[in-house]
Amino acid sequence: MISAENLSKRYRIGLREKGNKTFREVIVDGFRAPIRNLMRLRRLTRFESGSSSEGKERKQNGFHTDAIWALRDVSFEVKEGEVLGIIGRNGAGKSTLLKILSRITQPSAGDVKVYGRVSSLLEVGTGFHPELSGRENIYLNAAILGMRKREIDRKFDEILGFAEIEKFIDTPVKHYSSGMYVRLAFAIAAHLEPDILLVDEVLAVGDMSFQKKCLGKMGEVAKEGRTVLFVSHNLPTVRALCPRSLLLQEGRVIADAPTLDTLRVYNESMRRLEFGAYTDVMNPKNRRGSGQARFKAIHLEDQQGNRTYSFAMGSTIRFILSYKIFTSVDGFYIAILLRSGISGEVVSSIRHLVCDKKLVTGFEGTLLIEIPNVNLRPGEYPLYFHLADGRNRALDVVDDLTLPLTIYTDKDFEELGFEPARSTGFFNIESKMIPLKE
Amino acid sequence: MNQSELSSARPFIHIKPRKGWELIDFSEFKEYRDLLYFLVLRDIKVKYKQTVLGGLWAIIQPFFSMVVFTLFFGQLARIPSDGIPYPIFSYSALVAWAYFAHSITGSVQSLVGNAGLISKVYFPRLIIPLTPLLAGLLDFLLASLVLIGMMIYFKIYPTVYICFLPFLILLMMLTAGGVGMLLAALNAKYRDIGYTVPFLVQLWMFLSPIVYPSSMVPEKYRLLYAVNPMVGIIEGFRSALLGTTAFPSMMVVVSVFVSMALFLLGLLYFKQTERYFADII
Repeated sequence: MISAENLSKRYRIGLREKGNKTFREVIVDGFRAPIRNLMRLRRLTRFESGSSSEGKERKQNGFHTDAIWALRDVSFEVKEGEVLGIIGRNGAGKSTLLKILSRITQPSAGDVKVYGRVSSLLEVGTGFHPELSGRENIYLNAAILGMRKREIDRKFDEILGFAEIEKFIDTPVKHYSSGMYVRLAFAIAAHLEPDILLVDEVLAVGDMSFQKKCLGKMGEVAKEGRTVLFVSHNLPTVRALCPRSLLLQEGRVIADAPTLDTLRVYNESMRRLEFGAYTDVMNPKNRRGSGQARFKAIHLEDQQGNRTYSFAMGSTIRFILSYKIFTSVDGFYIAILLRSGISGEVVSSIRHLVCDKKLVTGFEGTLLIEIPNVNLRPGEYPLYFHLADGRNRALDVVDDLTLPLTIYTDKDFEELGFEPARSTGFFNIESKMIPLKE
Repeated sequence: MNQSELSSARPFIHIKPRKGWELIDFSEFKEYRDLLYFLVLRDIKVKYKQTVLGGLWAIIQPFFSMVVFTLFFGQLARIPSDGIPYPIFSYSALVAWAYFAHSITGSVQSLVGNAGLISKVYFPRLIIPLTPLLAGLLDFLLASLVLIGMMIYFKIYPTVYICFLPFLILLMMLTAGGVGMLLAALNAKYRDIGYTVPFLVQLWMFLSPIVYPSSMVPEKYRLLYAVNPMVGIIEGFRSALLGTTAFPSMMVVVSVFVSMALFLLGLLYFKQTERYFADII
């Protein structure tokens, strides 16, 4: 259905501006600006051909290079009816890939052969005009998404029913509540019947229930045997919906394998970003709390003392936490919360009293918190670390700044009694069955 | 249904970097003609929403320009009007000019104005600058009704050349389309164009026989003057509807060539640059 070969896309990013220093420079610069602007704007769409000029480009025309490869030699194939997940960190090229597949932008090199009608759930509500009525917007938006008038006529009542806005169909959409607006927009997108559906969850707007509706629709489309490409940050959803996944990193395909394997590569690559001075974690801007005490280091270890964030189900997890007191505090608590990788809500928490007396300025400590034989089910659990004083006032908060805790299993349904690749809850709970009548 | 049957029923798209010059892909354009229709409909419906006077605005603008021009150029400056009353002389040109000016301004702003569409959905980009061209026809028609009223009032009747009228309108659309496409594509990259256009349109108006007749231009310069395609078009309109002069065939022939050249230039440049619209808009 889709076959991409050596797909590459080059972008110019940020037109860098120098800061002005003196009043005289501002004036002189003002006169020079038109010429500089012209050169800059011209360069927006010009690239030197071939990679041999990359060195030359670095200081061409006195500008620093600002061209980046959003995609580099990306090749993959998608078969009919396949649901392919595309994962990767921000800026890895996921959205660019979808933009090329939906023909919004063209590749700089390489090609893709696409068999079938493509539509995407990244453009929900595109082209809605606030002054037009619901009815007019249905026709306009559906035409924008590639439907013919006859097709819209045929599906009109169905769309209306799905959106549940029959009463307001002739009201300008600027008077709609945001919920009605989104429902209408989604209803149109949902009736497209594409052969290939592109979903960019990162761009999906709306509240939780709307996102769920998007995902539900995606599952439905997949079950009908259509081809789906799903871009997401939400690893549990990818695991649940996509048997196979691509991992993009800096525009290249790092892994193209069954989702569980791809996720393992992803977690592996994420692990290399050590928690330390150079990552976001130590940036005080990301930290909350009064700052009277701060975490100095956070590590997770397995029973053998290896640092890792992924653990086999049933193994023991150790948290090694170092902290420092900057202003003396009265009483000291430490807490770890596990969040759900899907909804973000707290799944469980651990809280320990470190000291109920006064801790003096400059005091440093390290402690180990152990969770033996963890009975968490496979999945990603973003972590939330918390320091508080005796009156439970927050001193430091590290919220989702480390890697998520990842639980995996190599066992299958037969052995576990549940499907490890689907969302089946967070914990194992003891249960037994007693036949009462046979 | 087996595999081959399935694929044959489906569209096949080969996405690759496009190089070189190209013209309109008519089969694709046909596929998307409903979109053009709905966008034109949108422009028409939205234009006078939440106004008191509504469609009357299409008449008020050229009408009041006519009143002002009659006062200053007709009465005070005593500019000749080819033997017909100055009001109808200027209004007949202003109706065409209003269409032309609005089409160009609309086209130039259209790409940037529809940036949301362009960066999120694929469709033939050409639809965007062509929409104002078609949507403006309604205003042109409304303003023309007043012209008919004035012709009856001044007892001026059309000549046989009226059969050229549709052709002249088409020529006017071709010119506006060519200039619109060219400037819209340029405006996508250099927003300076957006600021230049109102000024350019005003200048162009005085280079066209709107407040004065082309007979005021010395004979030997007249063909050079006609390089401005609006000269032949407007004088053609006047001759066909009001019988001011004999039909200016030479001027119209020049117009035809210049209009077609402009349209081709605009189209080629637009098609050449549309590849990166989504990246820079």
